[in-house]
Order: sequence, then C-alpha cells, then structure tokens
Amino acid sequence: MEVLQSGIGKLIRPPDLNAFREWNRKKTKALVDKRMSEAEAVSRFIHDGDYIGTELYGTVRCPMSLVNEVIRQGKKDLLVAGQGVFELEMLLGAGLIKAMDITYVGLEVYGVSNVLRREVESGRVETCVEWSNAAFAGRFKAAAMGVPFIPLRSMLGTDTLKYSSAKVVRDPFTGDPICLIPALILDVGLIHVHRADQYGNAQIDGISGFAAEMARASKKLILSAEEIVDCEEFRCRPDRTIIPYYLVDAVVHAPFASHPGEMCYLYRRDEPQIKEWVRASKDPKTTRAYLDKYIYGVKNHQEYLALIGEERLQSLRQGVSDEEPSPCP
Amino acid sequence: MKNPAPAPEYNPNELLICTAARLMTDNCTAFIGTGIPMLAASLAQKLHAPTLVTIFEFGGTGAILEELPIAVGGECTFHRAIAASGICDIMETAHRGWVDYGFIGGAQIDPYGNLNSTVIGDHDHPKARLPGSGGGNDVGSHCWRTIAIMHHDKRRFIEKVDFITTPGYLSGPGAREAAGLPPDTGPYRVVSNLAVLGFHPESKRMMLLATQPGVSVQEVIDNTGFELLFADSVEENPPPSMEELRILREEVDKYRLYI
Repeated sequence: MEVLQSGIGKLIRPPDLNAFREWNRKKTKALVDKRMSEAEAVSRFIHDGDYIGTELYGTVRCPMSLVNEVIRQGKKDLLVAGQGVFELEMLLGAGLIKAMDITYVGLEVYGVSNVLRREVESGRVETCVEWSNAAFAGRFKAAAMGVPFIPLRSMLGTDTLKYSSAKVVRDPFTGDPICLIPALILDVGLIHVHRADQYGNAQIDGISGFAAEMARASKKLILSAEEIVDCEEFRCRPDRTIIPYYLVDAVVHAPFASHPGEMCYLYRRDEPQIKEWVRASKDPKTTRAYLDKYIYGVKNHQEYLALIGEERLQSLRQGVSDEEPSPCP
Repeated sequence: MKNPAPAPEYNPNELLICTAARLMTDNCTAFIGTGIPMLAASLAQKLHAPTLVTIFEFGGTGAILEELPIAVGGECTFHRAIAASGICDIMETAHRGWVDYGFIGGAQIDPYGNLNSTVIGDHDHPKARLPGSGGGNDVGSHCWRTIAIMHHDKRRFIEKVDFITTPGYLSGPGAREAAGLPPDTGPYRVVSNLAVLGFHPESKRMMLLATQPGVSVQEVIDNTGFELLFADSVEENPPPSMEELRILREEVDKYRLYI
C-alpha cells in the first residue's frame, strides 16, 4: 500500500496485537467477586507512567471517584487519552499528565480549559498528538476489533492529520486517498456505569459514548457503578450487557461518582460546583486550593460526598426524567 | 395616528441564534455542536422545523429539545429521541452520507472556510492552546453542508489560519476531493454577528450574501482580514422577529444560560 502522507505526531503507544491477545488469554474468566474500594483498585491496577483513558465525555457519566483517587495517590507521568472535560481538568490541574493523545479538552459552554493552557503552554505536558473524535473512538474500535488500524475519511487534508500519528495511504481497492488510524490499547480504562454486578458485568442507560469500544481496548479495566445488582439481572436481560465481566478487573460501588457531572435518568450536573472549578482553575493557587479541598483534603469518595452534602446531592435528583424501564421486568 | 410597533431589541448572541435557526430546514438531519447550534436547533424545532433530526456526536439522534442541552453528551441530547446509541454509530452515519447539515464554530476561519480550534501560534510551542478538534473535523469532513457560526472580527476572519483543525475547501477548488474527502461536501454558510456569507461556486472563496440588520457592507469589509467576494445583490437580513425572540427567551433559554 502506497503511503501518501505520515502524520508527524508521536505514536505514543504503538499497538501490539499479539501481546494483547496473550494478555487477554491470561486474564481469568472465572466468576470472582471483584468489588473493592477506589483506593484498592487504583493502587493495584494503575502505575506511574501508565497509559490511561476515561469515558464518557463532557460532564457526563464521568468516573470522578476513580480519577480523584488517582490524584490522591499521586500517580504521575501518565499518558492519557485526552477526551473529556472534568476528569482531564483534574488530572491536568494536579500536573500528573506527561503526554496526551488529544481530541478535545475544554469546558464546553464555559470555553477553553485554563489548566490545559497552562500545562501545554508551559511544556509540562510534553507531547500533544492531535485527533478528531471519530478518529479517537475509531482507535479504540480498531483495538476492540483486534486489528492494528482501521480506515477513516476524517482528518484528510488538515493539520489535525499532520500533527497526528495517522497515515494517508492509497486505497488498494479504489486508488483514492484514505486515512488509516492506529489501534489504541490502554493499560487501564476507567468507566462509570449505571449498574454492575460483583463480577463486572455492566449496563449503561442512555447513550453509550465509546464505552463498548474502550472497554474492549483496555488491558485492565476499572468500573465504578452507581448501583451493584445481582448477576441474575444480567442473566435475564443479556441484551442489555454492554461490558461482559471477563474484561473487568475491579468493580467499585460509587453512587454519585459522576458528580459534579450528570448521570442520565439519575441526577443532573451540579452547575454551581462546575462554576466553582471554572473560577478556581483560572489561577494556579486557586486551582491548588480547589484540589486541596475536594480531593487531597478528603480520604475517599464517601468523604467527598459528605463534603458536598446530602441535601445538595438529593436536589440534583429532582427533575430528572425517570422513564428508563427497570432492567428485569 | 397609531405609532408603529417598536423594533425589538436583541443582543449579538440572540441575533446569531435566530439567523442560524432560519438555516435549519424541516425533515433534515443536522449535526449539532455545543452552544449556539443547540439553541438554534431548539428554536427551529419550535418554529418552522418540528422534524429537524438533531444528531449529537455521543449518540443522541432525533432529540426533542425541550430542555436546553448544556453538554453534547447530556441527557437533553437524547430527550424523547429516536435513538440513544454511541459515537461510532453517529460517526459512521455521517460517513455514509446521512447528515445534511453540520453546525460548528472555531477561533479562526480563512477565505476557504478552513477552521482553527486547536492552537494560536506554533503547534509545539503554542501562544494559546485551544480545545482541539473534538467532532469538528468529522463534521467538516462528512456533512453535506457545513455551517460555521462565528463572531466577526479581523482576528478571527484571517487570510491564513494558524492551524487547519477542520477542513473547509482547503487550498481551493478540487482540494477536498484530492485529499480524499467525499465529493460535493464542504462549507455552505458562515453566520456571523455582522453577516451571512457563502462560498463562490467556482473559486470556493468566501462571499458576502447578506448583512445583518443595520450593518453596512463597509463594516463587514473592515472587520474581515481577507478580500471578500460579493453576491450580485447583497441583501440585508430581516431582524429577529418578536416571535423568534419570545420563544428564544421564554422557552429555549428561559434561565438565560447563553443569551
């Protein structure tokens, strides 16, 4: 296949599909109870220098209780799949990211990310490799397919491609230029779901973002769940399983773990809390004060929720549509 | 003698939203990005386009925008929707040519409609690091007609963008096709607080179609950092109507998050 153009961005983690197969072969398929705390999951499965990824996007279904624990434990020199809002804000604010594949890190309606600006413009984040959202999801999809790359018609002709590690080749079937994006296999994926059982089977309500793809593209997978349910709920509605248990290494029971983000059908996002971060993130000192108060200053997710307060959390449940049918009619 | 009704007053965001909403036609699919496109889509659904099929990149298809979405993955993006799937399904749908319109923004735009939302200055040593492509590049690559919504000044409308995040017509006629992008796609309109612009069918350069109410052609020229082309007759847009503004203020954004 003729290579017409190669992106000059670093391929931060070249995919090794055979090693991935060997890794997967060795993972247990036994039904073992994987429930544990955030502290145990993060200390056992995440190490300095790991390549990690979070899902979903924006302030929606964010695995915040896990990310906050990563920060408390000071896991550093992280390589990160940069698609998100609040998770990336906290990791950048804590200065733990060394390099990132990035598609979008910003505050949506509140504009550009102050911590992204500081970390990248100062050079503390050493590498930013550009992608589009479709390319990002496609890289997980390729890994989930177990293939080294997939073709895509995005990024062609742009600097987004030039500063990525994609390649443009001549399609051997039609002769037209086509973009190839490399599979991205994560050391550790972090996903927050609506419900899981003790083994790691998981259901997500509403849009599923790229959870299915990222779960299958992760060597180690840590789930946090709003609710832990009996395995029977999965057995009687297997069509609803988005993540099967054998992909999963740890299951953390974490209600309100998406706070200050939302969790569809359960609670809304906490606008004052998000605004407090937006204000705090403008200056390194107030950024640090925010992290001190809400992350370093609490021992765990339960203490974080106590700090936010039961009354405020319950107020976020109001006005949320409750139209999702129960999973086991 | 009765005085004529006073002309309604409105702010620049309200003008952008009303202008963009008028470009959203019923029974069409439209890829909706964060911010103004969401408000415009909601307004269009409540006025002339009840079956505007909104498409949100993380999985929402066909939402009824009763509550204002604040995040592109939020619950409002699939409220009473036709389907709640995931990003791969949405991007594949765009790849297959099912998305008529894409609404996007950027920090800079050039005469060919190329958009920058990645960096100001050099990529590896940026003066300002901006959010990045997100779905912007994909919208600009696959939607049949891309509509950019921008605030209009000389720093944003410039001869050469610092970084092409999202493809417009790239370097000119034929460049998109040569790069491998789908034929017959590309920038269709640019909606700004000063004007509505299109692109010349042959040269693919930006062309002034209409000025916003009370704005002169000279003002548009003075606020554009490159040479504009002009339609044979440059129209003046009608101002937002009382009805548009009422629905926008009382129903679309009743908590005044954006306007």
